Amino acid sequence: MAYSFPDEVLEHVFSFIQSDKDRNAVSLVCKSWYEIERWCRRKVFIGNCYAVSPRMVIRRFPEVRSIKLKGKPHFADFNLVPDGWGGYVLPWIAEMAGAYPWLEEIRLKRMVVTDESLELIAKSFKNFKVLVLFSCEGFSTDGLAAIAASCKNLRELDLRESEVDDLSGHWLAHFPETCTSLVSLNISCLRSDEVSFSALERLVGRCPNLRSLRLNRAVTLDKIANILRRAPQLVDFGTGYYAAELQPDVFSNLAGAFSSCKELKSLSGFWDVVPAYLPALYSICPRLTSLNLSYATIQSPDLIKLVSHCPRLQRLLVLDYVEDSGLEELASSCKDLQELRVFPSDPFGAEPNVSLTEQGLVAVSLGCPKLRSVLYFCRRMSNAALVTIAQNRPNLTRFRLCIIEPKTPDYLTLEPLDVGFGAIVEHCKDLSRLSLSGLLTDHVFEYIGTYGKKLEMLSVAFAGDSDLGLHHVLSGCESLRKLEIRDCPFGDKALLANAAKLETMRSLWMSSCAVSFGACKLLGQKMPKLNVEVIDETEPPDSRPESCPVDKLYIYRSVAGPRFDMPPFVWTMDEAVRILH
Amino acid sequence: MSTPLEHDYIGLAETSSMERSSEKISSSSSSSIPSNIEDKTTNNPSLNLKETELRLGLPGSQSPERKLSLFGKDLETNDKSNGFVGSPLKNLVSGAKRGFSDAIDGSNGKWVFAINGKSDVELGKGAVLASPRGGLDSKTNPQQVRTSVPVMKEVVGVPQSPKPVQDKKNLVPPVNEHTSAPAAKAQVVGWPPIRSFRKNSMASNLAKNSDEAAGCLYVKVSMDGAPYLRKVDLKTYNNYREFSSALEKMFSCFTIGQCGSNGDGLSESRLMDLLHGSEYVLTYEDKDGDWMLVGDVPWEMFTDSCRRLRIMKGSEAIGLGIPY
Repeated sequence: MAYSFPDEVLEHVFSFIQSDKDRNAVSLVCKSWYEIERWCRRKVFIGNCYAVSPRMVIRRFPEVRSIKLKGKPHFADFNLVPDGWGGYVLPWIAEMAGAYPWLEEIRLKRMVVTDESLELIAKSFKNFKVLVLFSCEGFSTDGLAAIAASCKNLRELDLRESEVDDLSGHWLAHFPETCTSLVSLNISCLRSDEVSFSALERLVGRCPNLRSLRLNRAVTLDKIANILRRAPQLVDFGTGYYAAELQPDVFSNLAGAFSSCKELKSLSGFWDVVPAYLPALYSICPRLTSLNLSYATIQSPDLIKLVSHCPRLQRLLVLDYVEDSGLEELASSCKDLQELRVFPSDPFGAEPNVSLTEQGLVAVSLGCPKLRSVLYFCRRMSNAALVTIAQNRPNLTRFRLCIIEPKTPDYLTLEPLDVGFGAIVEHCKDLSRLSLSGLLTDHVFEYIGTYGKKLEMLSVAFAGDSDLGLHHVLSGCESLRKLEIRDCPFGDKALLANAAKLETMRSLWMSSCAVSFGACKLLGQKMPKLNVEVIDETEPPDSRPESCPVDKLYIYRSVAGPRFDMPPFVWTMDEAVRILH
Repeated sequence: MSTPLEHDYIGLAETSSMERSSEKISSSSSSSIPSNIEDKTTNNPSLNLKETELRLGLPGSQSPERKLSLFGKDLETNDKSNGFVGSPLKNLVSGAKRGFSDAIDGSNGKWVFAINGKSDVELGKGAVLASPRGGLDSKTNPQQVRTSVPVMKEVVGVPQSPKPVQDKKNLVPPVNEHTSAPAAKAQVVGWPPIRSFRKNSMASNLAKNSDEAAGCLYVKVSMDGAPYLRKVDLKTYNNYREFSSALEKMFSCFTIGQCGSNGDGLSESRLMDLLHGSEYVLTYEDKDGDWMLVGDVPWEMFTDSCRRLRIMKGSEAIGLGIPY
């Protein structure tokens, strides 16, 4: 009987292993390691809330303290997933309330969270510390009040980009006077104009560990100084409206307050900016590593001035008002830049309203050696520019390009942009995320399938000629986890030929493509470990011939079987070819 | 005025564009129909638009042709009939609580809306989603318009010229369905890929800074009794009619028993309650936080001030500023 280490020793060793992947690997070594590991796993990440059921998670990992769940598919961000599709967190909370009384952290993304869920959280977890609701919806400030009132040790409340029914700003007053534990508070998504500012001020003042504070629009510029003076230890700050009539005393007060924040490294907010107030930031600019000006409608000269004060900038989010000239300045001033996101100021306008072209991106790719992550909206692109970018920056890991008009060709040659994107995947060997746009044929997918070996997430729109395109991707991209496609002529053949691949991925989304209902049924029938969901808001898919294409298709692997919380417009293709509804 | 006069407040048959009504009601003219609406009408011959007309009858009079319907949709049709084309209307008959003059102010294209305190089962009810047009639109027969106008005048004292449709053009937001979308080109759903949070933020920025139409304007629509709420982009509609028709589509599934499997699916008895009992009223919360009936103001004013919508039970809507 040769024992290895006693369990406690193994457990102790395992406690140093934090990453999910490593933990999963550990659990595969042998049965006893599986057992030990599952009892000491404290953090679980579930990338698709329907891939597994709460009971299964609880059964395997009885001592979880921290859970992260994702719900709707990514394209829900762009309103492609109809409301009511799913992603409800309540069943999870209900099960965990009983099983994990010591749960401390809940992080949710794209889930439907109700006030009932929030109240249940507040009631059930005595040591609750962290609530992050990223891009969630379905709750109101009443639910937040419950959290504020009951969670005595709350450290983080982060509502980033969620849709909150903002009934009243008074929920902030529900934080008891005894609450001093806050480390992070992000209420930037709250839209109401009333916020209980005095409650906020008091709360900020009594939380000495507050590191991150993101206010909402309702907080006016003149109030910022007061807040900052109460929390000079802040590392990350999000302003409210950064606009007011220029008044020297307000300005100097503000500048003084900012300069007293010696740790401040990250700024965001800036709804509605008056450029005259930007110099108030100059004292902290040299330390800034992250700047989100993507809601600020300030023009290039003001942006240039600001950015030139920030040599340490690693992350910049900005509107296309920055223009090529601003990006050129960025390229020369900010050598530490790792991430750049340029959003369109007028995405629905027919004509360009700013002078932002592919040149800006080329300049940044040349001037910023550490650039890894790009999200860029523009109106024209060329293969030459893309090849240059690829050659300049083989260290890119995320490249998302959105040429605003679908199917826009290379503006110089009028050819498809296959070669340009091909260069990106060929040179950027660690590319893990890619979004395509512009005029693209099946060739681009051939490149992607050939070179995109580390690609984990691919977004495709208005591209390709035939099933061959999809086949290249499914057969070639070994690391692919998430594939989302819209408005492409991809049909049954590639999908059915690569059905097995789908079990190795988290999910596949296809909308406005050419996959027939018959193929969906077949897939559902043959692949029991996949949930094949057909989404159609206009009529049931079986009211038409089987050869008709479905409107939207969402396929994901699951060990939980088909779900039963679907709305009327979602049908699951069950293996017994019963269409569950 | 002893016979009930039919006034088509849906604007189904505007003199400039006789769209959907051309299929259903004997039409004298027709013009191009927006393709999506056209498809639906041709696919679904059972839709009877007549029943959605708001009839100006005397109290106690009835329209025998009306069938039982909800959201203006025949319940006999199966679920295949998707989006209803045209809006269900409250029947103004039987003690309409709403002042008629309020309901049809043709001069600025007001929404016709009413809450009927008494339920008239035979007349069919639907959500009180009425036409944006001033109600003086002709049905298909221009003749009728002209004859109706004087009557209207008597009843409501609304000064109207015989061809109110044309006159209103400069006062009323474009109702003609085949007017192209405002300056921006026709938008593809979800493209460019910008999150709603950002779109809404930009929309309010643009609104503050200029009068440009922002790209989109998502507001939430909740319906009493429905298991979840929906979001609509007000900018994709040009008028109340398009809007109400879209809402129809979205919410019909809650009332026509299409949702059966969910816990919140309607049971048969509940459905019957809806049919025979309460009516629905479409309301919205404006910039000031007040709840108003949809249809009181011109379409553009509505889209500017609307923060969110609620389809509420008629019984709950009492006190929303209805004069009687």
